[in-house]
Amino acid sequence: MYVELKDINKSYGDFQASKDVNMGIEKGSLVALLGPSGSGKTTILRMIAGLETPDSGDIIIDGVRVNDVAPSERGIGFVFQNYALFRYMTVEENIAFGLELKKMPKAKIKERVAELIELTSLKGFEKRYPNQLSGGQRQRVAFARALAPNPSLLLLDEPFAAIDAKVRQELRSWLREMIYKVGITSIFVTHDQDEAVEVADQIIVTNKGGIEQIGTPKEIYKTPETPFVSEFIGRSLLIEDYHKLKGFEKGEYKGAIIRPEFVEAFKSDNQVFSDVMDCSEEGVVTDILFRGNSLELKLEVNGIELTTFRSLERRSVKKGEKMRVIIYRLFAVDDDKAYLLENQELKAKDVKNRRLEAYLYSSDGYFVV
Amino acid sequence: MAYMKDDQRKKLAVDVTRNSKGATKYILITISVLFVFFMLILPLFSVIVNSLKEGLGFYLEAISTEYVLAALGVTILATVITVIVNTFFGIVASWALTKFTFKGKQFIATLIDIPFSISPVIAGLAYIMTFGRSGWAKPVVDWINDMLGTDIKIVFAIPGVVLATIFVTFPFISRELIPVLNAQGTDEEEAAALMGAKGWTIFKRITFPHIKWALVYGVILCTARALGEFGAVNALSKTRGETFTLPLEIDALYLAGSADSITASFAVSSILVIIAVIVLILRNIFEHKSKANREV
Repeated sequence: MYVELKDINKSYGDFQASKDVNMGIEKGSLVALLGPSGSGKTTILRMIAGLETPDSGDIIIDGVRVNDVAPSERGIGFVFQNYALFRYMTVEENIAFGLELKKMPKAKIKERVAELIELTSLKGFEKRYPNQLSGGQRQRVAFARALAPNPSLLLLDEPFAAIDAKVRQELRSWLREMIYKVGITSIFVTHDQDEAVEVADQIIVTNKGGIEQIGTPKEIYKTPETPFVSEFIGRSLLIEDYHKLKGFEKGEYKGAIIRPEFVEAFKSDNQVFSDVMDCSEEGVVTDILFRGNSLELKLEVNGIELTTFRSLERRSVKKGEKMRVIIYRLFAVDDDKAYLLENQELKAKDVKNRRLEAYLYSSDGYFVV
Repeated sequence: MAYMKDDQRKKLAVDVTRNSKGATKYILITISVLFVFFMLILPLFSVIVNSLKEGLGFYLEAISTEYVLAALGVTILATVITVIVNTFFGIVASWALTKFTFKGKQFIATLIDIPFSISPVIAGLAYIMTFGRSGWAKPVVDWINDMLGTDIKIVFAIPGVVLATIFVTFPFISRELIPVLNAQGTDEEEAAALMGAKGWTIFKRITFPHIKWALVYGVILCTARALGEFGAVNALSKTRGETFTLPLEIDALYLAGSADSITASFAVSSILVIIAVIVLILRNIFEHKSKANREV
């Protein structure tokens, strides 16, 4: 483990920002600290940077306990939420600042700055001031400035928060590419699950100062371990009397979380679903919302409201229309754990001899219309 | 046709509101201009006119008497010291109030503003009460004089004049700096500290460029106020030709009552008016710069 946090606790007055935090990050990985605001993710980042001191516990970077090491001696680069670029310095001067402090010879500074300008494709902007740059360009300057002194760990606090939605998408892939190119271990904080899933190869989900789950984006998505993770990731709905749905029995659970993609709704004359027709039950369309690239259907099934997405390529549906509904699976939750429950009737059928795993998690769309 | 009429009526309504808005605008402008002209410009202009009533020769003579030159010296000395002290104090106080959180912060911020709300004469009297013959600080001053073999006097001497001027002008610089520092936040300083920059480097490279124009503007305001201070200084300065500042000298000349001395007092006043105009121009330039900077 390159970065390790052991039993970290941190409070601000009555507010406990970190509760028994234990985590490890491998060298070369790109990790997202994901959680809602106030979940303690930024506190963790700032403690690793040395901007905050933990009340108890150890922070270890590259095998060395750094609790008492000054921030500037920890070998980290930090990208602030609003970039905190020095607004009275040009792009060049911003990037050179950290190197000057390290008393690097002038010629070397020049060389390194040119290198970073090249890397972040900021050529032609060297003499500009931050207020003369676009949001995306500022982020690149912040990135270049953080990387200038050759840190071994890069920390980014909500790196995309200050950028408008359209450019954000572009910058996500840019940043990911850039980090792999440089090969630096990186941790970034975000409250946006799409961002975490898209950029990171490891996600740490935080909630109420503690860590809920650590895993790859796929693991976090497919096998959430706690009620919080199953609800926070994806668009989820908590349903208490899930046992009223066909194919599920009541267990010792508080309720279940059903994501839109777990719900299939089709017309009763749809041939593709003919072999699973008896696994389905009736649902009434109560609302239809246009989501740009798909429709969001609200369905009432046995008094329970469910949500699903419908491709625009499929036959159109009307409000009040009766449809057939199958719930593939759901996450049953109790107080602190989440369990994957599959539709028992559907499982028993094992339709068309497909392997169950492929059937349940087919991304190519088993039910193609 | 009916449609046309309707349309015209609408247009008319728009015109009426526009016209009444226009009328309000011009009435307000006229009132302001008349007020400024009669209350401010005309009186100041008459100072210049009166000062030249006896001719340029008299004017030059009037502003170069021993008393006036001494008063000019005291004024400049008091102003220079005041600006230096208040610049230092203003930076320290605004830095403390904006970059740190501590108990009683709001209270200190309010205290700084006292000179704005208190009559300068009271400031002068307060110093008499403190350093005067029966003041509590008198023994301290005496003790220092004994120790060092000096003969420092505060009340009715130059130090008193300087102290009073400092008191009166002391919020000017910090009040200019606080909003700028607040708007800036602490991000950039934090970023610099994270890279290993120490206090002085952070101030010089990050904070100072931010406050530069606001500081210049504050210094100008402070200078203008220090040059013209009358009330507080009047309480602490009683010797013409020694501790009198320009405003006191003007007052003395005017009170002397002869036609010549009144004209002389206008002549000396014109020095302050000219300085005021220069300050006004500088003020406009730097206010513009500091605003432009704040928007960055």
